[in-house]
Amino acid sequence: MPNQQAAARRGFFESAPGRTIARNWALCFLVLMAVVFSFAGPGFFDLVNFQNILHLATGSFLLAAAETFVIITGGIDVSIGFVYGLSSVLTATLMRNLTLAGMAPGEAIVISCLVALLVCLLPGFVNGILVTRFKVPSFIATMGMWGICQGATLYIAGGYLPVMGAPESVSRIGNSFLFYIDPGKSLTFFHKPDYIANESVRQLARVFPSSLLLSIGVLLVLGFLLKYTKFGRHTYAIGGSMDASVRAGINVDRHLVIIYTLSAFVAGIAGVFDVFQTGIGNYTPTGANYELLAVAAVVIGGASLLGGKGGILGTAIGVILIAVLNNGLQIVGISSFYRYIGVGILLTIAVVIDQVFPDLE
Amino acid sequence: MAYLLETKGITKRFGGLTAVDRVDMGVEAGEVVALLGDNGAGKSTLVKMISGVYKPDEGDIFLDGKKIEITSPIDALAHGIETIYQDLALAENLNVFSNIFLGREKTKKALGIFNVLDHGYMEEESQKVLDRVDIKIPSLKANIRNLSGGQRQAVAISRSIYWDAKVLIMDEPTAALGIAEQRKVLDMVKSLKKHGIAIIIISHQMYDVFEVADRVIVMRRGIKAGERLVKDTSSEEVVGLIVGAEEVGKK
Repeated sequence: MPNQQAAARRGFFESAPGRTIARNWALCFLVLMAVVFSFAGPGFFDLVNFQNILHLATGSFLLAAAETFVIITGGIDVSIGFVYGLSSVLTATLMRNLTLAGMAPGEAIVISCLVALLVCLLPGFVNGILVTRFKVPSFIATMGMWGICQGATLYIAGGYLPVMGAPESVSRIGNSFLFYIDPGKSLTFFHKPDYIANESVRQLARVFPSSLLLSIGVLLVLGFLLKYTKFGRHTYAIGGSMDASVRAGINVDRHLVIIYTLSAFVAGIAGVFDVFQTGIGNYTPTGANYELLAVAAVVIGGASLLGGKGGILGTAIGVILIAVLNNGLQIVGISSFYRYIGVGILLTIAVVIDQVFPDLE
Repeated sequence: MAYLLETKGITKRFGGLTAVDRVDMGVEAGEVVALLGDNGAGKSTLVKMISGVYKPDEGDIFLDGKKIEITSPIDALAHGIETIYQDLALAENLNVFSNIFLGREKTKKALGIFNVLDHGYMEEESQKVLDRVDIKIPSLKANIRNLSGGQRQAVAISRSIYWDAKVLIMDEPTAALGIAEQRKVLDMVKSLKKHGIAIIIISHQMYDVFEVADRVIVMRRGIKAGERLVKDTSSEEVVGLIVGAEEVGKK
């Protein structure tokens, strides 16, 4: 019995506190790391820095949340990194062209975002059809889409240059905070008080970046879907046993098509928001590995590539863990290539824990 | 007595091979029919046509005397034909009540808009049906992965009867179990029979067959080689039918 072998290897981790630690190792590791960086890196333990970490992790949150669904069904989606870039470049190009054509900025922004989101449904839908109808392994199907989306992105962007020319208000929205406090003087929502010049904005207490609002919103919706609905339950069932799901009368093919479409759609949201954050349309640079970092976050968060396990909360912790690792190493002044080693080690720990504790929930 | 479920001239070919060749069989309500035969004799194929996994090339299936079309497992379930496969087809990563309700989850309205899973209801109903088959499972929130073979079998059976199975097909129900659990499963079968369910069991274990079955049907190379009432036959005769000794003897 594999369970008995596993039990023999456990030792300390058989006890109740040990099990709690093993179950929440990622969270424990995160706290430990935050403590170490707080002492080792001046400026790490700071509200602005924490806001920064979360603000810059917006894309990672969304991509990893999308990947969570696919991985729970036992598949993998490596196309999302480039769907992300496609969506960003498409949104920025549309915004620029529509504004140039004389449309009001507000309308141009809304229409561009909607069109980009609709277009992003397509790669996911095709992935889903390939995986279900044509029985293409998900890795290969989505790798094909990875290439197609990359090519399409560069075609739209007209080469390896970011797309400029989106209305200026775009990046103001993306970088706003929920509220601004000028101590003792004023409190405003979503925009800084008018009397404060851009240069002196640092005097203000800026609370809760609106990017975090988006991340939390998307994660809450997806988490709810996964945990409390029939749709979520079937997602786990398919990952646990495809046969059992088919025989229980679940329309597995339809479900998988929806999952892959959802995955690309959420990556599309991330791409659209990237335009709001940066004000330009960024193609995905080769070697950015967004999709692989998303997979890493999902696995660190407790999912298994064999399917049937994982969750949005775990994934969010995985994303924060990687983001804090990057940020902390930077602040401490350790060369950035160590972070690859760091992510690699975390992934290995995740997989080993999954092997030793097959029945941890 | 009329058959509850009946096949007439049912045939399935795979390329040049006729896996099941014009088989007539039937099972009455409250009756246990054992389907016997060597490996490759066509028992599983026959059963899979009834449960909707394969579509018959020829022949008809009748339920309550009416001809029915079964083109998918969902059709079979809709007609009250439930199948428990040898691998049980449970999602091991889900808990007991989620498996019993898999694919047919009960939901309730939250905040008047969202349909959310009604865990409380599903757990209570699952407990009731497990009590009916008299099986104790410490916690219905336990994942299937952590249950014994007999408990898993009980979950699979409970799922079938919860959804008002009229016909229950069981593929090697005792194959992977310890002695005590085999007894438990056979007791479950007897109690289902009392509830008026028609049961078809595929088994290799002669003991099981003589313990619970009323009638045996023996398959050999795709054809029905013989049919006996259990009370009128012996295990020697049944084994003879399975290996074809009787035919050899006749010559």
